[in-house]
Amino acid sequence: MTTVATSLRTRHLLGIEDLTAPEIDLVLQTASAMKEVGTRPIKKVPTLRGRTIINLFFEPSTRTRMSFELAEKRLSADTLGMTTSGSSVVKGETLADTARTIEAMSPDMIVIRHASSGAPHQLARISRASIINAGDGMHEHPTQGLLDAFTMLERKGRLAGLKVAIVGDLLHSRVFRSNALLLTKMGAEVRACGPATLMPFGMARLGIHTTSSIDEAVAGADVVMMLRVQHERMQGLFLPSMREYFNLFGLTVARLKHAAPDVIVMHPGPMNRGVEIDSEVADGPWSVILDQVANGVAVRMAVLYLLAGGEGGEP
Amino acid sequence: MRFLLKSVHLVDPAAGRNGTFDLLVENSRIARIGRDLPAGDAAVVDLPSSFVVTPGLIDIHVHLREPGQEHKETVATGTASAVAGGFTAVACMPNTDPINDNVAVTELIVKRAAEAALARVYPIGAVSLGSKGAQLTEIGDLCKAGCVAITDDGRPVQTALLMRRALEYASMFKIPVIDHCEDPSLKGDGVMHEGPAASMLGLRGIPGVAESVMVERDISMAELTGGHFHVAHMSARQSLRAVRDGKQRGVHVTAEVAPHHFLLTDEAIVERGGYDTNFKMNPPLRSSDDRDAMLDGLRDGSIDVIATDHAPHHADEKALEFDRAPFGIVGLETCVSLCFDRLVHAGHISIVRLIELLAANPARVMNLPGGTLTEGGPADITILAPDAPVTVRASAFKSKGRNTPFDGWTLKGAVAATIVGGRAVYVNEGVLGRKTLTNP
Repeated sequence: MTTVATSLRTRHLLGIEDLTAPEIDLVLQTASAMKEVGTRPIKKVPTLRGRTIINLFFEPSTRTRMSFELAEKRLSADTLGMTTSGSSVVKGETLADTARTIEAMSPDMIVIRHASSGAPHQLARISRASIINAGDGMHEHPTQGLLDAFTMLERKGRLAGLKVAIVGDLLHSRVFRSNALLLTKMGAEVRACGPATLMPFGMARLGIHTTSSIDEAVAGADVVMMLRVQHERMQGLFLPSMREYFNLFGLTVARLKHAAPDVIVMHPGPMNRGVEIDSEVADGPWSVILDQVANGVAVRMAVLYLLAGGEGGEP
Repeated sequence: MRFLLKSVHLVDPAAGRNGTFDLLVENSRIARIGRDLPAGDAAVVDLPSSFVVTPGLIDIHVHLREPGQEHKETVATGTASAVAGGFTAVACMPNTDPINDNVAVTELIVKRAAEAALARVYPIGAVSLGSKGAQLTEIGDLCKAGCVAITDDGRPVQTALLMRRALEYASMFKIPVIDHCEDPSLKGDGVMHEGPAASMLGLRGIPGVAESVMVERDISMAELTGGHFHVAHMSARQSLRAVRDGKQRGVHVTAEVAPHHFLLTDEAIVERGGYDTNFKMNPPLRSSDDRDAMLDGLRDGSIDVIATDHAPHHADEKALEFDRAPFGIVGLETCVSLCFDRLVHAGHISIVRLIELLAANPARVMNLPGGTLTEGGPADITILAPDAPVTVRASAFKSKGRNTPFDGWTLKGAVAATIVGGRAVYVNEGVLGRKTLTNP
């Protein structure tokens, strides 16, 4: 196992790209402690009391927004949210102006979800607050990558050497990018699987094996992670139909038989049952999909705590 | 006004000159070029021996934004930028608002250029009305009003048939059809080069073949019609291969490349902290293979022209998210320094070849006056200081645009002065000193 860092070098979490393996270990270990808070009768610690966190969601989100809000509240931060509808954004305000306006209110942290890749990076150049990327375009979703790793670690006891198949629309997936970066940094073996029309360039450079055969990807896998396929991909030239997608890439019990006997199945949600995953698999004993949701809160608490400088006492 | 440039190093490839000459300028024209010319009553200008005197540089791909987008640039600020960059003439693209698809717009640009009285301005007209790809513009009329070429730049010439007809029709006026080559279906909503860097940044990619399939189409149309097709801002190695093949077959095809495409790659967007919109242009910064191919083309002569694709945008527009910000960077005031530092001093090309790319060939490709210095011809002269150090300062640009990826770069090679029609329209006092070349 690598050495664990004692703090994060940066005050932002823009992507897994910026984290070292010891820093990832630190977040995951801190998340273990945070998870314990969620089991107490009073699920609240004073760690971030007096800190202001703004949740800036320029794109619809249910689970990520709720998960962040819950994490913030459990750490006693003052939080407020802004979503695109009903905000100045619909009146044509630019990201830079919105950022400056919010900056004037002196928040300590800004959690941002945005449809444009790189929007958090641009915000980080303007703002004095810590910026946390809650998903930017097709780029990264670092807290998802961390919570997925936490879930794997919880179930498998290690990340190094794990065989992880990630299946779906890799081209458009920020979940894939964050997971692929994190897992390769931690020494796992990543097999990226998807239709050739949805395969990003340059995966070999990251040490990632690519295939369009789900059977090849799943064979002997310790973890199978299914990604959501957007319905709009079926309307263009990427894919002919949902039916064919399920036939070629859908995860079924029969396919899962070739994985490791103790395989776990993951999905970042929301699921398209019958498109990328059969209900029998999603609801079966392999599935850790709801663990992922539960762990999301603990991992986000860890990230908020560490970016705040690890101050305010132990949780 | 008379002045004598005494014993200067003259580089004029079109005239076959590369050596020490005297140049006598009388009023707006070159009176004599020779050796040991008597000064008479002319003011004698002595230049440091390291300086080089060349025919006025010409940038054939510039967006002056007027009419309609004066918040980005005007003819006055754009030509001020041009002369500060050593260019005595520019050809400006028709994607103004309204589009330069009729004589009224052409005449306005010509009038504004005369008022500014800095660089010469050669308007380029649209191929189709509104650049919409449906109906040819009145090309004869546009030429009469001063247009020197046609293009739907900003957009590709939409169909093979339109390209065919444009080439046929334009050949009557002996003007080139310039195409911004890009297959719209392959470009999609891409914002940078398709490759590993785009994958890492999660930005939609534009493959190099989006350009080359249309270059190949247009070369076929030029071959069919005998017309002259000029490739705007070539960026992909596949396009260069097509141009080389076309030239070998005797097709009338010429090509230009912009400095950023032979200097930078898509990796630059990752390196600079990511998502800096001053690295977003169309065509996009491509792979190192493409960049190296462009350098090869500059060395071996298959690329005809260096043109900047000067595309000023307002800072507010460039401050948008990467995928929402407009494409384009300014280029007029950095071109010469970049070319000296990264092409000549780096040993890729000689100074003679550089002047061919920046003066002789632009004039030849677009059938423009100038590009060479002749007795009796207009005194459009650029004086260059190849060894002078330069630090790029976007905030000091004459252009309204500050959108450059080269801000802060330190380079060797500067513009010392720019003379248009015998008048020093730009003097770099830091390089040339205060007294030299003052106008009466």
